[in-house]
Amino acid sequence: MTTVIQFLIDVLSLGGAYALMALGLVIVYGILRLVNFAYGELIMIAGYVLYLMSGSGLPWLVMAFMGVLAAIATGIATDYIAFRPVRAKSVTAVLITSFAFSTLLQNAALLLVSPRPRPIPLPDLFSTTVEFLGVVTPARNLITILAAFILLSLFLFVMRYTIIGLAMRAAATNFRMARMLGVPANLVISSAFAISGLLAGVASLLWLGRIGSVVPGVGLEPLLIAFIATVLGGMRSLEGAVLGGFLLAFIDTGLNYLLPQDLLKFRDAFTFSFVILVLLWRPQGLIKGPASGDRT
Amino acid sequence: MLEVIDLEVRYGSIAAVKGIRFSVAPGALATLLGANGAGKSSTLLAIAGALPVAKGKILFDGVDVTGKKPEQMVQAGLAMVPETRDVFPDLTVDENLRLGAYTRLRDKSGVASDRERLFALFPRLQERKEQAAGTLSGGEQQMLVIARAMMARPKVLLLDEPSLGLAPVVVDQLFAMIAELKALGTTILLVEQNATKALQVADSAFVLRQGKIATEGRASDIAARQDLNALYLGGGM
Ligand SMILES: Nc1ncnc2c1ncn2[C@@H]1O[C@H](COP(=O)(O)OP(=O)(O)OP(=O)(O)O)[C@@H](O)[C@H]1O
Ligand SMILES: [Mg+2]
Repeated sequence: MTTVIQFLIDVLSLGGAYALMALGLVIVYGILRLVNFAYGELIMIAGYVLYLMSGSGLPWLVMAFMGVLAAIATGIATDYIAFRPVRAKSVTAVLITSFAFSTLLQNAALLLVSPRPRPIPLPDLFSTTVEFLGVVTPARNLITILAAFILLSLFLFVMRYTIIGLAMRAAATNFRMARMLGVPANLVISSAFAISGLLAGVASLLWLGRIGSVVPGVGLEPLLIAFIATVLGGMRSLEGAVLGGFLLAFIDTGLNYLLPQDLLKFRDAFTFSFVILVLLWRPQGLIKGPASGDRT
Repeated sequence: MLEVIDLEVRYGSIAAVKGIRFSVAPGALATLLGANGAGKSSTLLAIAGALPVAKGKILFDGVDVTGKKPEQMVQAGLAMVPETRDVFPDLTVDENLRLGAYTRLRDKSGVASDRERLFALFPRLQERKEQAAGTLSGGEQQMLVIARAMMARPKVLLLDEPSLGLAPVVVDQLFAMIAELKALGTTILLVEQNATKALQVADSAFVLRQGKIATEGRASDIAARQDLNALYLGGGM
């Protein structure tokens, strides 16, 4: 019984972080039909902001807030620098500019800070363990579950009940029609990037909280995770991204529990095999998402 | 109210609309007729800002709006129902209508009363307001896109083949409704394949042929012409 609860906590906390990462990627993809390859750098930026503020003596929550804010600002900057100038031209152009922007940010971190890992400040709570339902688990895991739950609910509320949320959902299925109802294209796109930054920023706190440090290339793994989770869940659907995040976490954690020690280092190979199996069965991902859709 | 001056619309090197000029007076209903591929939809899309204007000008209420974005045109008071009948399929009927009022976020009470008025006009939509728009029948979707366009309380409404694919009874209802919208003071530019019906409700008519205006005049005069079909198809030229 405790193993089950332990397992559930592990899946939910890892899945919460994965789901936030995936949602941040898919919110932009859904509207622009373009993968933002500079997405991982939003996670990196938030980490470096935390590192740079570590000597400031500010309360951790303030630093965390600044880190998330930096991720949001960088998200919006991605739109203005990498996407907007070439958006109307071609898909390839945007892929290249978003790669370039990603490299630019990584190199900036390399030059301005260091290629080596830098510790980020974390509240004591992150390193303590607590007993929960008879299981001893890092408090970090419960915080992750709670944070993911709050953010996902907030996200759901915004998308379902606010006019900007409605406008984004509409733009994701038919951008031109949304504009012909008066929804400003740039506002929708900037909002998507801002939300993407918010999700990445919070995911960064939770993710780097596990690692404890930040390096210039730290964004690659979250980008991959987000990408796999969205492909798994269905690139076109927000629910799919969340589902994909939790499913990926379930597979990863399951393998952690099941694989013998000497096979554990090949866990990713097993994970990918699972993902391929799922995609053979459902090439569109688990949830299909809205039908048509041009990007303009 | 709406003035189109020497409008040219191109798709790459192909000109779909080749310099047309017409105007619609405030509160009037004009109809744009023509065979398939004559350039009717292209004209409407260009007016709505959804297609670039290659040459010429568009005046809205006397103001030059050439090159404005679609969202700016809506802000200025223009709404369009494209022929593709684009409901947002995953959104409910009510959510679709809410988006129609996107430009009137501050006018909460006005929006609410317009919504009631439209529900009275389209009771079927009211019955289905919580239903995903993609699950409506074709005719109901058509009602929804028209109602949604009306939620913007437009000064000018562009309708692209609203009767397309509807049963005859529904077409009659639709035209009755278009007449009602006109009676409320909306300026309307109507594109139709169903020329007989369109000419019955319209004040003026323009016949488009291969991107040019072949003939124009009062709707009743055009309706009386024996050679309407020939005009359409370019016979005698
Ligand atoms: N996206 C496009 N790319 C290239 N050519 C196009 C495009 N859309 C329309 N055209 C061409 O422009 C011309 C005018 O098309 P348009 O859709 O305006 O005609 P229409 O009068 O609305 O016809 P219908 O009655 O069939 O709706 C046609 O010859 C058409 O092939
Ligand atoms: Mg047409």
